[in-house]
Amino acid sequence: MLTKRVIPCMDVKDGRVVKGVNFVNLRDAGDPIELAQKYDAQKADEVVFLDITATHEGRATTVAMASRASEELHLPYCVGGGFRSVADIRTMIAAGADKVSINSAAVANPAIITEAAAAFGTQAILCAIDAKQVPGNPNKWEVYVAGGRKNTGLDAVEWAAEAARRGAGEILLTSMDRDGSCDGFDLALTRAVSRAVNIPVIASGGVGTLEHFAEGIIEGEADAVLAASVFHFGTYTVREVKEYLRSQGIPVRL
Amino acid sequence: MIAVVDYCKGNLRSVQRGLIDAGADAVITDDPAVIAEAEAVVLPGVGAFADAAASMEESGQMAAVRQAIIEGKPFLGICLGEHLLYEGGEEGAPDADHPIDGIGAVPGVARKLPATDGEGNLYKIPHVGWNSIEFEPGCPLLDGIEPGEYFYFTHSYVGADSPYTVATTTHSITFPCVVAPSDRVFGVQFHPEKSSDAGAKLLRNFLAIVEQVRNEDDTDDEEDIAALLGADEE
Repeated sequence: MLTKRVIPCMDVKDGRVVKGVNFVNLRDAGDPIELAQKYDAQKADEVVFLDITATHEGRATTVAMASRASEELHLPYCVGGGFRSVADIRTMIAAGADKVSINSAAVANPAIITEAAAAFGTQAILCAIDAKQVPGNPNKWEVYVAGGRKNTGLDAVEWAAEAARRGAGEILLTSMDRDGSCDGFDLALTRAVSRAVNIPVIASGGVGTLEHFAEGIIEGEADAVLAASVFHFGTYTVREVKEYLRSQGIPVRL
Repeated sequence: MIAVVDYCKGNLRSVQRGLIDAGADAVITDDPAVIAEAEAVVLPGVGAFADAAASMEESGQMAAVRQAIIEGKPFLGICLGEHLLYEGGEEGAPDADHPIDGIGAVPGVARKLPATDGEGNLYKIPHVGWNSIEFEPGCPLLDGIEPGEYFYFTHSYVGADSPYTVATTTHSITFPCVVAPSDRVFGVQFHPEKSSDAGAKLLRNFLAIVEQVRNEDDTDDEEDIAALLGADEE
């Protein structure tokens, strides 16, 4: 039986993992590959490196990191952030990334999903969606880009369905309302997107407790759950999360 | 030396590194002459069946891989590399009735994984993540691996069941995840190079088979496989 995945996400800047709350007070949290190996030992199912580097030089560092990861990691990894074109994606895949996640670039030019899926396979292309609930409308969410600063006006559920139609292999869904809140996933959003697409959905944003992980899968109907700070700050190990999920009857690899 | 066949100019370093960590001298190559010299061949899984088959035919890699198998060299196909072991594949074919030719060591066609099971329940495709494999112990590639062990899968197509199915996995349907048309030719649907400790164990097992073949004088199996591929060409 296909297990539900637990995915630690690392923010990477200039080749180093950084941690902070809401991008404030970033501090060095170590080498991304070493951290990923630690998570592998804890039975993480894959890892996501989110490149928050803005500069051109920083991108080259991230490509070098992806290249090192292809030799030193024995679990799948995704690199997200900063892709502008199919050429950028090609560089990262050629460096060894199993998957890339594209966000703003896909909104700006949805054809990039189609082209990238055709070139590298559906399984390699994640569409990352940052969604925020429309005030006063609990069952409607809009897509934000540019690190959550710009509202595109796109309906998040419809956009997820379009991304899937265009060949995205997975949806990485982040609730902007919950991100960094420790209040748990936006379960209504996660469920709405999961039901709208026939590709796996990774729930992200808001995990604070073990129960939140299970809710994301059971009530949110997510195929995978992603978290950053609870792992980096040592609140839980990946193994503890998976043991809890198993105790709730959720199939996991342990 | 083990040739890791680069038919798509993809990144194969994780496969190469997995083999090197298992103790192999593994070389990434797109050169049919290097494949011909190798004592074993690994065909990784990148891209779509039709593109891969076309590129391999054009470059001469397909002929070199078929020859290597006929000569009794150990072979491991991974993911798409497993599909390529079959007679054909429908991924990228003009229509499902006219699959693209593969290597032909396993009868049947690699087809799209259905999105529903027999009872109409929906399954997410691609099949992505860690799934368990079920088998009757005995295949040397799975030595020391317990039935129920998890491996990492990421694919939308699966090979057909055949007498050469060694292990199966279930998503919407139960499909072969390890096939072995001989005692030294294998295809695996999952990615051992991405499957942590279990994957490393499988790669070490493959290396042990390569070593055993190196130390064997006779290759009885050669004729069986040659007959298999020959039968396919008739």
